[in-house]
Amino acid sequence: MCLGVPCKILEIYKKDTLTMGKVDFGGVVREVCFETLPDALPGEYAIVHVGFAISKLSEADALDTLGLLKEMNDLADLEDQNQ
Amino acid sequence: MKYTDEFRDAARVKQLADDLRGIIQHPWVIMEICGGQTHSFMHYGIDQLLPPEIELVHGPGCPVCVTPLEMIDKAIALASDSGFILTSYGDMLRVPGSNQDLFSVRASGGAVKVVYSPLDAVQLARDNPDKQVVFFAIGFETTTPANAMSIIQAESLGIKNFSLLVSQVRVPPAMEAILSSPANRVQGFLAAGHVCAVMGFWEYLPIAEKYQIPMAVTGFEPVDLLKGLNDLVTMLEQKKVGVINSYPRAVTLEGNMAAQASINRVFQPSDRAWRGIGTIPMSGFSLRPEYVHFDAEKRFDLGHIKTRESEVCIAGQVLQGVMKPPQCPGFGTLCTPENPLGAPMVSAEGACSAYYRYKKMTS
Ligand code: SF4
Repeated sequence: MCLGVPCKILEIYKKDTLTMGKVDFGGVVREVCFETLPDALPGEYAIVHVGFAISKLSEADALDTLGLLKEMNDLADLEDQNQ
Repeated sequence: MKYTDEFRDAARVKQLADDLRGIIQHPWVIMEICGGQTHSFMHYGIDQLLPPEIELVHGPGCPVCVTPLEMIDKAIALASDSGFILTSYGDMLRVPGSNQDLFSVRASGGAVKVVYSPLDAVQLARDNPDKQVVFFAIGFETTTPANAMSIIQAESLGIKNFSLLVSQVRVPPAMEAILSSPANRVQGFLAAGHVCAVMGFWEYLPIAEKYQIPMAVTGFEPVDLLKGLNDLVTMLEQKKVGVINSYPRAVTLEGNMAAQASINRVFQPSDRAWRGIGTIPMSGFSLRPEYVHFDAEKRFDLGHIKTRESEVCIAGQVLQGVMKPPQCPGFGTLCTPENPLGAPMVSAEGACSAYYRYKKMTS
């Protein structure tokens, strides 16, 4: 159960006393609790454990780990030069 | 899914494995703490791609595996009582107790309900006011915030028929127990990325310093595992001590403060017994005194539990990385996923089940 599952946040709302949200696990939509990730916003990516969002996934860091950030910066530099 | 497929890309994985071969010069014994990572290594065949200098040993990070037998027997006792509904993650059902497992209790009419989240257990308590609903609160720091929130929610809704059977464990004291053991061979840790997503990795800095070893906070996808290994081996080769964050897209040094606040509100560190290993000081969480009425062990008389462990099972050695599953005399013969003798053969995070599922042909 320690395996976290990445998801896209679709919406966030209040239910009873809790902040809950709908998330998309690659096609499967589920309700999860956002009390443990209060600054999350729809459109962002997160990791969910046992029905709780525990961490946001940073796009910049994801691209960096994949070695894509540098390529994108190079591309942006190239575009700047071409303008 | 964004952020998943890219991290399973075969060309990237191969490139990182090639890089690793370029970096490594000496043999190293590396422990992945988390059983989820043990499974990822074998599921994706990453262990086959690694240079021969790397020996992976598998850590204790399997929550189901380390839950003490006595706790399983207590859960079974509760589930067998008609006044109770025992709720649990599905993984716990097939874990052998002294005489039976929760699955067989359910088959013979006991109320055992599998839930996805502890909040589902709170809802069950709401829907069944005439029953005592107990949630089997096991796991490492990844599940602790969820279990804490279930108490906070039950309290705020005034639900009285809900409680936790608590068996929460913490990673840092287990790391110290492994490192200070005379049998220790581990020279570097892959720290569990999702535990660190909650807790950060500030707790690991003094441990790395004290035992003079490196650690890499590591994610679960193939690219993440190799990134963690490359960073760790680089530190090992350069004789560096400390903690590197190889999973920055999910982990920060300080971790998830809101989640830590919910843990600290409800739980406090306490001594805990680990199945097969024994008691490790301050290695778990217990409910704070002000929440003691949510503690199933204190609230209900569970009678005298007499535990009986399988004589064949060497799970304690496996969980400390001292032995590997195929060295167990029961592995694959007396002990299989259909007929398990120990928890590591049952759990989706157990090392024995990983070897059985992915390595049976080669072992
Ligand atoms: S193979 Fe079975 S009996 Fe042996 S250590 Fe693993 S769980 Fe225990």
